[in-house]
Amino acid sequence: MTIVVNSGVVFLLLALALWTVVAREAFLAIVGFVAYGLLLALVWVSLSGIDVALTEAAIGGGLTGALLIGAAARLRATETEARAQACGRPTRVLALVVSAAVAVALALCVLVLPDPAPTLAHEVAADIDATGVGNPITAVLLAFRAVDTLLEALVLVIALIGVWSLTPDGFWGGRPGMRHRANPDGIFGYFARVLPPIGVIVGIYIFWTGADHPGGKFQGATILATMWMLVLMAGLADAPPIGRRWLRIGLVVGPLVFIAIGLAGVLVPGAFLAYPAGFAKPLIIAIEVALMPTLVLILGLLLAGAPERGARP
Amino acid sequence: MSVLVDLFTCLSVAAGAFFYLAGSVGLLRFPDAYTRLHALTKADNLGLALVVLGLLPQMGGVLAGLKLVVIWLLVLFSSAAVSQLIARAARRREAGA
Amino acid sequence: MSVASLFGLCAAGLVGVGLYGLIVLSHPLRKIISFNVMGSGVFVLFGAVARRGAAAGFGADPVPQALLITGIVVAFSATALAVALVVRLIEATGSATLASEAPPRADLDVRRD
Repeated sequence: MTIVVNSGVVFLLLALALWTVVAREAFLAIVGFVAYGLLLALVWVSLSGIDVALTEAAIGGGLTGALLIGAAARLRATETEARAQACGRPTRVLALVVSAAVAVALALCVLVLPDPAPTLAHEVAADIDATGVGNPITAVLLAFRAVDTLLEALVLVIALIGVWSLTPDGFWGGRPGMRHRANPDGIFGYFARVLPPIGVIVGIYIFWTGADHPGGKFQGATILATMWMLVLMAGLADAPPIGRRWLRIGLVVGPLVFIAIGLAGVLVPGAFLAYPAGFAKPLIIAIEVALMPTLVLILGLLLAGAPERGARP
Repeated sequence: MSVLVDLFTCLSVAAGAFFYLAGSVGLLRFPDAYTRLHALTKADNLGLALVVLGLLPQMGGVLAGLKLVVIWLLVLFSSAAVSQLIARAARRREAGA
Repeated sequence: MSVASLFGLCAAGLVGVGLYGLIVLSHPLRKIISFNVMGSGVFVLFGAVARRGAAAGFGADPVPQALLITGIVVAFSATALAVALVVRLIEATGSATLASEAPPRADLDVRRD
């Protein structure tokens, strides 16, 4: 029975992916892409990846969709010109052949995967009690493969610097995005005053419960960043100038604490990012708490974009 | 007893699914933005309420059931706000065009 | 056919569709969307491999799934950088094509507040 439901989901997924390619306007394609992201979260639940489903729904569907819709609104004027430059028949046929070949090659790889499947679940299960967390994904992210998480935080900071590097010279240190001015007594102002407190509680809860249940700091930070963006979009607060000291400190405090704990691990147990026995849980909590403001700021500022205004209000 | 509970869940979720179907048909068939919003609110409010009601007996405890109800209330709140904003944008586009 | 194999084949299809869109569509924003579709297909393939590694009481192998969470976040940051580049390209040259010969506008670096 589940094979029927899963086949239905697969069919819908492929249809939505095709829609994002053949839709006439960018906005329609993005609407299809957001629906595709949410359906993908269902696929993750079927594949027993609840944490990945939360991340996909929050970041893949929500944040990426918001980013693309903002860009599509600004680029609407350039679409007719791009459509006039659409590639001709031979390119389409060649692209179809290449894409079909890649898809068939991947499908063959899927069908000849080794049986029994190689797995690292046994190693994780053997050592997970030493880390003090119950959620195996959190244990992998912050104890067994903590270097990956550190490098990911650094990549996020570098991506933000990359976005900021596109600022026009005159606006360096200024505020990103437009100044929104919604009526504070209107429906959007009301919405942006009532939802963020609830959203902050939900975000912190999801972050805190990630130690033993599905959740974690990425999902929680996404919810907090979204609440911040909601307040900005309703005009209840203005985007901070990127030259502000508290902003810069908040951006680097997470990776710095992470690196400091890693270097301390060189001194005591002998390897970078090794935790001393019995101290694993407090150190993991310290890293997560330090990374939260960094992630919230980075995700929010990536969504806001490069500065376009001066620092004066 | 559990057979009755399961039967209640099936009926309630099926009724909720029917409302979702009706909302989707309305979204596709109604002529303009206002009537489509009207059809969608049926799906959001009543359809989700029936699905949540059907799933409540299957939850492990009161706290989990309370979380489901909070999800329904949040969806209710955001769909109400967003419907107003969409309708206002549609009215403004009509007035401008 | 098991669940993992079914979603693995779905992933192959998604990668194919994304690749086609990436090559054929001409607007950079549409290319970015197709690239995201292709990336999510690769993630689903990874997830299918993780599902096949279910053992020791876990529903799926947790190591690939943790790497997937990292991958989704990094993919979002790359998309944000790409979108910022496209928006800046439009502002600087007024058109969205990469083969544009329009001269860059000189008035954009002047402080305007």
